[in-house]
Amino acid sequence: MASTAADPHARARAYLATRHHWHWAEALPWLIAIAAFFAFPDRMTFGTQVLVMVLFALSLDLILGYAGIVTLGQAAFFGLGAYTVGLLSVRAGYGEPITGLFAAAAVAAAVGFLTGLVLLRYRGLTLLVLTLSTTILLQEVGNLFKDITGGYDGIPGITIWPLLGLFDYDLYNHTNYTYCLVVLAVLFYVVRRIVYSSFGEALAGIRENVNRMHAVGSPVRWRLVIVYTISAAIAGVSGALFTQTSAYVTLGVFDFDRSAGVMTILILGGTGRLYGAFAGGVIYMLLEDSLSKLSPEFWQFGIGLVLVLVVLFARRGLFGLAQDLGDRLRRKPA
Amino acid sequence: MALNLNTFISILFDGLAYAMFLFIVSVGLSVTMGLMGIVNLAHGAFAMAGGYMMLTLTRSWGIGFLPSLAITFLMVGAVSVIFERTLYVRLYRATELDQVLLTIGLAFMAIAAYTYFYGPSQQSIRLPSYLTGQIDGGFRTFPTYRVFMIAIGAILIAVLWYVFERTNIGAKIRAAVDNRRMAQSIGIDVDRLFTLTFGIGSGLAALGGGLAVQLVGLSPSFAVIYLVFFLLVVAVGGLGSFKGTLLAALILGIFDTAGKYLYADAGGFFIYAIAMAILLVRPAGLYGRE
Repeated sequence: MASTAADPHARARAYLATRHHWHWAEALPWLIAIAAFFAFPDRMTFGTQVLVMVLFALSLDLILGYAGIVTLGQAAFFGLGAYTVGLLSVRAGYGEPITGLFAAAAVAAAVGFLTGLVLLRYRGLTLLVLTLSTTILLQEVGNLFKDITGGYDGIPGITIWPLLGLFDYDLYNHTNYTYCLVVLAVLFYVVRRIVYSSFGEALAGIRENVNRMHAVGSPVRWRLVIVYTISAAIAGVSGALFTQTSAYVTLGVFDFDRSAGVMTILILGGTGRLYGAFAGGVIYMLLEDSLSKLSPEFWQFGIGLVLVLVVLFARRGLFGLAQDLGDRLRRKPA
Repeated sequence: MALNLNTFISILFDGLAYAMFLFIVSVGLSVTMGLMGIVNLAHGAFAMAGGYMMLTLTRSWGIGFLPSLAITFLMVGAVSVIFERTLYVRLYRATELDQVLLTIGLAFMAIAAYTYFYGPSQQSIRLPSYLTGQIDGGFRTFPTYRVFMIAIGAILIAVLWYVFERTNIGAKIRAAVDNRRMAQSIGIDVDRLFTLTFGIGSGLAALGGGLAVQLVGLSPSFAVIYLVFFLLVVAVGGLGSFKGTLLAALILGIFDTAGKYLYADAGGFFIYAIAMAILLVRPAGLYGRE
C-alpha cells in the first residue's frame, strides 16, 4: 500500500489494467453474431445492416457516452464515408474494399478534425445547431454538385471488387456479413483500448466535470478534438461499409433522421458502456424491420415513443435497467 | 437572375414576409429556452400542428381564416401546457442530452401521428378572397398575402415588445432570463412564468405554422425541416432575447430569400453559411450573454 501510494503512476496503471480485463460475458455478443450466421443464413442482408448500425453507434458512444459531446451531426461522417467509397467506385473506377475503408476513414477524419477544431469550442444549443448545420451544409453541397453525387436519386453503378481479390459477393450477403463482423471486431478492439486507456479516463473526466479537468491542467480541447476525429473516422468506416454492402448511396445518408436514429440506438442500449451499441442496434433494427413492414408511420411513432420512455424510465438504457433489476432481485432474499 | 431594382425590392419584400414567419415561430422558443435552458426540439411540431389545425378548421369546418388563426393559437397553446405540465416539467433539472432525446421523441411521434391522419403529401390552404391577388403599391404590385403576413408580424412585434418591455409580467420574464435564482429568491414564481410563456410561445408557433402554409407549404416533415431554421434563429439571436430573435429572423429570412432568388441552385446554402459565420464569431448569439 505504501509503495503504491508513493508511486501514483504505478497505481494508476494498476487501476487501468484491472478495468481492462476481459470479462467472460464480453464474448457473448460475438458468439451470438457468429451463431446468427449459421442460424439465419437467409437473413444475412439484414444482419449486415445491423452490424453497420452497431459500428455507427459505437462511433457515437465514443464521443457522446465517454466524452459527453452532445451532437446532432454524426450522420455527416457516415455520409462522407459512404460517398468516399461510392465516388471512388463510380468516378475513379476504384472498387477495392479494404483500402476503400481507409480512404473513407481518412476523409471523415480530416473533416472531423477541421470541424472539431472549430465546433468543439462551443457547447449547448450552439454546438447542437452548428453540428446540425454542418451536416445539412454537406447535404446541400452534395445537392449542388448533382452531376457528380447523383443527388437524392443516388449514384448508379457502384461496383466493389472481390474482397482480398478472393471472395466475391453472394446473393445472400454471407461474404458481406463476415466482412462487416471482422471490421466491427477490429474497430471494437480499438475503441475498447481507447476508453480503458488514460486518455479514455481523461475523456470521462471531461464529461463529468470539465472545469475540474481544466483546473488540473488537462488539455481538454485537444483531447476532445482527437476523440472527435477518431469517432469521425469510425463513423466514416461504417458509412463506407453501408455503401459497399448495399452498392447504393443517396444524399439521404445525411438526413437528420440518421443522426437521431443512431442516437436512439445508443440511448436504447445505454451510453458509455461499449455494448450498449450492440444491444440497441439489434433491437432498433428488429423494431424497424417489423414495424415499418406494417407502415412507416408506426415505425416513426415507435422510435419517438422509445426515446420518450427511455428518458422517463430507463435513463441508463436497457443495460442499466437490467442492472437495476438484478440488484433488486439479489437484495430480495436477504 | 440579375440583380436590378425590381428584384431587390422583391427580395426585401418576400424576405420580410419570410422573416415574420421565422420570428413569430421562434420568439416563444427563444424565451422558453432562455428561461429554463430547455432545448425544445418539439417546437417545430407545434408549428406543424398549427398548420394542420388551420387546414381542418378552414377546409372541413368552414370557419373563416382569421377566426381560425385565433382558435389555432389558443388550442395549440392550451394543449402545449398539458405537455409542459406532464413531460417538460421533468426536464427542468435533466441533462441537455435528456432534453434533446425526449423532445426529438415527441417530434417524431407528432410527425408519425400527422402522417397517419393527413398523409405524407404537401397540403395547401384555401385563402379567403380578400387575401388573394395583388395590392397596387403605386410603382408596382405586391402579393396581398405577403402584405398581410408582414402586417400581422408587425402587429405581433409591437404587442410582444410592449408586453416584454413595458408590463409587469414582461419585467418578471426578463428578470428570470437574466438570473433565474435571483428572480426566484425575490418571490417570482418562475415555474408558473415558464408554463405561461411556454403556452404562449407554442401558441405563437402554431400561429406562425398556420400562416406559413400559404408561404412554404405543409407536410409532416415540416416539424423537422423548419425546426432547424427556428433553432438557427434562436441561436443566432441569443437565448431569451426579443431583440436578438427579431434581428436574427430578419437577417436569416432576407438572406435566405436573396440566395434563393439569385442562385437558385445553391438554394438552401446561404441560411446555414451565414448563421454559422455569425455563431463562430458570437457563440452566444447577437444579443446573448456568455
